Amino acid sequence: MKILYFAWVRQRIGLAAEDVTPPAAVRDVAGLVAWLATRSPGHASAFADPRQIRAAVNQEFATAEAPVAAGDEVAFFPPVTGG
Amino acid sequence: MATTVQPLVRVGEAGFDLAAESARLGAGRTDVGGLASFVGLCRGDDGLAALVLEHYPGMTERALAAIADEACARWPLTGCTVVHRIGRILPGEGIVLVLTASAHRLAALESCAFLIDWLKTSAPFWKREEFADGAARWVAAKASDDAAAARWRQPD
Repeated sequence: MKILYFAWVRQRIGLAAEDVTPPAAVRDVAGLVAWLATRSPGHASAFADPRQIRAAVNQEFATAEAPVAAGDEVAFFPPVTGG
Repeated sequence: MATTVQPLVRVGEAGFDLAAESARLGAGRTDVGGLASFVGLCRGDDGLAALVLEHYPGMTERALAAIADEACARWPLTGCTVVHRIGRILPGEGIVLVLTASAHRLAALESCAFLIDWLKTSAPFWKREEFADGAARWVAAKASDDAAAARWRQPD
């Protein structure tokens, strides 16, 4: 599974992207957030308040309940501020 | 209503020229009754030295194309252009251009407002402010932008 990070999520984690293999119990975005948060202090800081985090699965905005599976591209980022 | 309009969506570091983009939407046709445009500029408030725009390559283009297609589906447009810059943008420079063309003003004006409101909450861009004293901070999303986008929401 390819994970991408943007804006301050990327800065706190110190990575723009990483390839991960979550345990089988991780089935949705919320589960993936909880698992990723255990990977390093930077991950824990970035995901400390999940309400501040938005996600996309395969380049479409996704909710916490959206399913994730091997081979997906999942991105985490703050609420968008373009325009 | 069926549409044959092919929206033009561009994301990149280069600036844009409103006059040139407007001329493109009128070129070779006589059915355009009006153009509406929105140009978002970088303000130099509070000692801002630059805005740095980050985005999600791939998803950004898809999201902008989806937003432009939605505008073309809702209004009878003859043309639609969305240009969004990324990278370092200085005070006074343009950040985003939305341009719509239609036979009549209402469709052009409404779709232009829709496009910028929707883009602000539905396209993966993030702004970081850099100040003259060296400080930097990420811009926080505004509830007022969510409200502006929500007024265009349609029942499923």
